[in-house]
Amino acid sequence: MTSSLLFNVTTIAYFAAMVIFILYLASKGSKVALVATVACWIGFAANTAAIGMRWYEAYALGFEQAPLSNLYESVVFFAWSILLIYLIFDVRYKHRAVGAFVIPFAFFGMIWAQWSLDATIQPLVPALQSNWLTYHVITCFIGYAGFAVACGVSTMYLIKIGKEERAAEGSPIGGILGMFPSAKVLDDLNYKAIMLGFPMLTLGIITGAAWANYAWGTYWSWDPKETWSLIVWFIYAAFLHARFTRGWVGRRAAWLSIIGFAATIFCYLGVNLVLSGLHSYGAA
Amino acid sequence: MSKQSNPVDRLWDFFCSLKLTITILILLATTSIIGTVIQQNLSPQEYMQKLGMSESTYNLFNSLQFFDMYHSYWFLSLLGLFAVNLICCSIKRFPHVWKTVREPVLVADDGLFKTFSNLDEVVADGSMESVREKVTVLLSKKFTAPVITEQDGKIHFFSQKAAYARFGVYVTHLSILIIFVGAMIGNVWGFKAFVNIVEGTFVDSIWGRSDSQTPIPLGFEVHCEDFEVTFYEDGRRPKDYVSKLVVKENGQEVLRKTIEVNDPLQYKGLTFYQASYGQSGDPVFRFRVQERATGETVEVVGRQGKHLPLPGGAALIPMGYASNYQSFGPAAQVNIDVGDHQHGNPFIVLQQFANFDEKRGGAYIVTLLEAEQDYYTGLSVTKDPGVWVVWIGCFLMVFGSLTAFFLSHRRIWVTLQPLERGIGVKVGGVAHRNQPAFSLFFDELIKDFNDTLVEK
Ligand code: HEM
Repeated sequence: MTSSLLFNVTTIAYFAAMVIFILYLASKGSKVALVATVACWIGFAANTAAIGMRWYEAYALGFEQAPLSNLYESVVFFAWSILLIYLIFDVRYKHRAVGAFVIPFAFFGMIWAQWSLDATIQPLVPALQSNWLTYHVITCFIGYAGFAVACGVSTMYLIKIGKEERAAEGSPIGGILGMFPSAKVLDDLNYKAIMLGFPMLTLGIITGAAWANYAWGTYWSWDPKETWSLIVWFIYAAFLHARFTRGWVGRRAAWLSIIGFAATIFCYLGVNLVLSGLHSYGAA
Repeated sequence: MSKQSNPVDRLWDFFCSLKLTITILILLATTSIIGTVIQQNLSPQEYMQKLGMSESTYNLFNSLQFFDMYHSYWFLSLLGLFAVNLICCSIKRFPHVWKTVREPVLVADDGLFKTFSNLDEVVADGSMESVREKVTVLLSKKFTAPVITEQDGKIHFFSQKAAYARFGVYVTHLSILIIFVGAMIGNVWGFKAFVNIVEGTFVDSIWGRSDSQTPIPLGFEVHCEDFEVTFYEDGRRPKDYVSKLVVKENGQEVLRKTIEVNDPLQYKGLTFYQASYGQSGDPVFRFRVQERATGETVEVVGRQGKHLPLPGGAALIPMGYASNYQSFGPAAQVNIDVGDHQHGNPFIVLQQFANFDEKRGGAYIVTLLEAEQDYYTGLSVTKDPGVWVVWIGCFLMVFGSLTAFFLSHRRIWVTLQPLERGIGVKVGGVAHRNQPAFSLFFDELIKDFNDTLVEK
């Protein structure tokens, strides 16, 4: 059993889950949703095992490093984090339609990693040889995953709210949209996902600062990656305060959540691929 | 904001407004992008030549302070406004929250009961006294011990849990201000500097980053006893580089540490980080030289430009070094002085090809045995007395936001009132977070009330 085989299983399972969730929206059969959820769990288990295997494989090559050392490894970990947060939400709230809008993030991440990223295990340069790297990456990615779930839910909210407002009072919304949770529930899920993601991102920024201070002597140097993580943080802080401000709840909050996730993805990938900086992760 | 209010009130309301908060946060987010797109702190030439900016663009951006935007007046003003907004908002709201927590409403009247999202009524059997007893026990067991108030023939119970969760938001906000203070302390009393130390030597002063003309005296010496760099098998990627540092004060060794990237040395508020390294000066060569006529062989050691005496009165003079000469590996350029300072033609000897020089046909056959190059270790040195304040702020931020998000202030009020038949028991409850979970708990509680207070 090698990690690459397990990663293939992961990708296939996420693909299956995604397709079955979409079938579920069309067919409305709760058994269908159950099958999709089982596929999620299988994928998650395979993803977990694959990361574990890769860790072991790196040690076997003599590199004492967590499997979070290059872009490939970070993308598969991101997919893992998204599933983690999604499954927590599934266990707690059981709104299965959400899967159709969240699992695609994990699937497209996996397929991108498998198809076009360099999967060879490489040793770390001295600047990255630190336990702080592990803490920093894990907290950031769990934060990002919370935002991915929030983005999926916000998209559903924006699709649903217009219909809900137009629908005559009391008459239920049919069709695929009828399978969505109500706008109120979606709004609440959005908030819950960000409530999970935001403190994790905060921890991620702080562990990053602590590491930078330990390794380079400055906890903050306004390098593009740091700055973008702060931009993301500002956006979600604005989101949290939008709750208390008339005129900012509902649609605008949903848009803030989507913009926040776009900024998150830019922070994660765009900075390395488009801008330059200290973080050399993406230059793969 | 009412129209009658005076300008001071209006200004106060402006600074307290959450719309302002959202506006500032979004402004901070959008303007911060500028500095990630335009490289910061380059020279005018670099902007215009390397980045191809026209002069008028350069001047415009320069006047907008876009080239050091995170320290520009407008960006700092935005941060200042952010802090003022935060302080005003807290001043305005905190007393109210303090009162909610410290002086809770112990007696819920009918108007208050109507506002509760969780509400139920039970008609209990027995006397006021016995019901009072049962309710007290029940609340204490299932929730927390209540505060009991008797008023107008009614008995009022109040219980609350995790009231301090209300302070989480304020701790979070305070932590931001603390981090600001820490950053300012670092800016005023701290500095960043660097120093290069050649292996086997020491320094007693360092050079500031912004003003690299005048050295900053350390008040102690930092010796670099040894520097080593190791490479991965591909031979190019550095695996690790370490410096053996010794701190000496008044000639006494006070501290010794081998530092590497991610493991610095700290002494007297200064931290020395392994930042870079490089080769310093000329290498020390070791040669084996054989005199062709006599067959006598000697080994000589020395630096570039030195005369290394050979048998027969001549001298070998190393002149240059290449670590990889035409991909034949390490090589030295040397010269032989046959006496009277008569220089011969320079020639090349290789370390990996020992017999190479035999073919030259000279009076001496020279072989390069080793060329050892001294390294210098590049250290960055920082002093930041504000960093602890920043960490305290960070800790409070994590602690505060976890409290704010994941703990819920839950309150339950109960009122007993004698009815014509039995005792009327009104129960109401609110939670400031996670209402669904609280509703479940509340329903359970009502079931318990029914089970214990109503005789079957
Ligand atoms: C100008 C700056 C800010 C002002 C004036 C401000 C003001 C406020 C106010 C008035 C509340 C509502 C408190 C309540 O009644 O429950 C609040 C909530 C909150 N603020 Fe801020 N805030 C600011 C910046 C920030 C920032 C940068 C953060 C980032 C950590 C933050 C984190 C929070 C959190 C976590 C909550 C609780 C949100 C919730 O209960 O959903 N605040 N803020």
